[in-house]
Amino acid sequence: MRYMLLIYANEAAIQADPKKVKTVSPAYVAYTNAIREAGILLGGEPLQPTANATTVRTRAGKTEVLGGPYAETREQLAGYYMIEAADLDAAISWAARCPGAENGTIEVRPLWEMQAS
Amino acid sequence: MGDAGKLMADTLAIARAAAETAARQSYGKLVAYLAARTRDVAGAEDALADAFAAALERWPAEGVPARPEAWLLTVARRRSVDQLRRRQTGIAAEDHLRLMAEEVEARETAGDLPDERLGLMFACAHPAIEPGMRAPLVLQTILGLDAAIIAAAFLVPPATMGQRLVRAKSRIRQTGIPFRIPERAELDERLDAVLEAIYAAYAEGWSDPTATESRRRGLADEGIWLGRLVASLMPQEPEALGLLALMLFAESRRHARRSASGDFVPLAEQNTALWDAGMIAEGEALLHSAARMGKVGRYQLEAAIQSAHAARLDLGATDWTAIAGLYAALATLTRSPVVAVNHAVAVALAGRADEAMRMLDHVGDDPRLAEYQPYWAARADVLERLGNRPAADAAYERAIGLEPDPAVRRFLQAKRAALATAASR
Repeated sequence: MRYMLLIYANEAAIQADPKKVKTVSPAYVAYTNAIREAGILLGGEPLQPTANATTVRTRAGKTEVLGGPYAETREQLAGYYMIEAADLDAAISWAARCPGAENGTIEVRPLWEMQAS
Repeated sequence: MGDAGKLMADTLAIARAAAETAARQSYGKLVAYLAARTRDVAGAEDALADAFAAALERWPAEGVPARPEAWLLTVARRRSVDQLRRRQTGIAAEDHLRLMAEEVEARETAGDLPDERLGLMFACAHPAIEPGMRAPLVLQTILGLDAAIIAAAFLVPPATMGQRLVRAKSRIRQTGIPFRIPERAELDERLDAVLEAIYAAYAEGWSDPTATESRRRGLADEGIWLGRLVASLMPQEPEALGLLALMLFAESRRHARRSASGDFVPLAEQNTALWDAGMIAEGEALLHSAARMGKVGRYQLEAAIQSAHAARLDLGATDWTAIAGLYAALATLTRSPVVAVNHAVAVALAGRADEAMRMLDHVGDDPRLAEYQPYWAARADVLERLGNRPAADAAYERAIGLEPDPAVRRFLQAKRAALATAASR
């Protein structure tokens, strides 16, 4: 099955440390390499902070654009990995290894396996 | 009814119970087998529902068939596939029937169906399943109990329980919860969740000691049945044996817990002649086997406490100092305020009321205890021992106000009245 590991973290805490903003920590490099070497990495990227988010929706034929995230949360979506795992336990064990699990939270979400109708 | 009539009724009851056990065995095995391959628990149950109902109805009268799984399969196939298809559960009923046929027919000569019920139990008690739903799921998938009976036992409206069961099964399927015994590194924690679910089922039955509410009947028996199943499938796990021992010790006292008039009888005043010596002996044997494995745990300690109580049957007295020591070990392990209260009670009964009072004052800071009846009853008892009657009276009042069971309430009211009588003398 395919799973998304959604990394939620406190942005304010990350931005308070300028070193963390644009460089990937050695722990994340090692983690990403481990997933890649396990042959299960389908994708994954860090995201810019929610201050740079733009929210878009169309209502009555009109496009409404707002600066800012969809929802204000205590921790924010900061990045993701998409992996192929045999089952939820395998996905959980990869989520637990993610450096972001230490101070933030990893949400494990299975993907819908869609078929074109 | 004459003796012959009674004998016949007993024989029938035994045959009925044996048939029901066999039906649940085969049903649970087939559900586990199918679910492990398709992850579709609801679909597996649907494919078997009618056949299982037929088995519960016919086996008591006709006897258990030589190959129970094959019997269930034949009946399941005979029922209209259309009827099953209408239910629109995950994987089509035909797929389940086909899988089941392949396996059962392949085993025609090779013997029994592989027993994968343990894997199913680990799926039901997975950490991704809401803790409160683990026991209901195990009861439904392994034993085939219907949602209405489970709902009654857990005091939840049937429709609510039905919805929650459906959601939990969908979650197992959609999130890819595996059906297997976890790796060694996680096994202790995961097994603990399975045992906790079984104990929760047992506790629901235990809270209705006289089994007067027929709709709640038997969950204690079902808990012991599941405990036996896990102990037989994992005989090398001391905590699995410990839980079974604990439930047997508790069950051995069922008939001594209420007087003939329905009044609550505290453990210390129970007539040991009413205890079931056979269950106690079995509990002791299990506890000894577990102890030899050299890994202490919560259920073994709780069973050891029960064993110390059961020793009154032979010794005529209770060794409260030993019991207090076991509670001390259990309190260190669990850090539970409930255990701390029981620990304090044992210390008071061992003759150290001052120390017990200090312990109760210490745990009293825990807000979870403010509405916990046994905490206030324990305070009342210890305050009474220390001669502080006004404070004891207030604590009894608080305990009485918190107790939902009328028999226990009457018992507390009698203790409070005795306190007032003693004061006026």
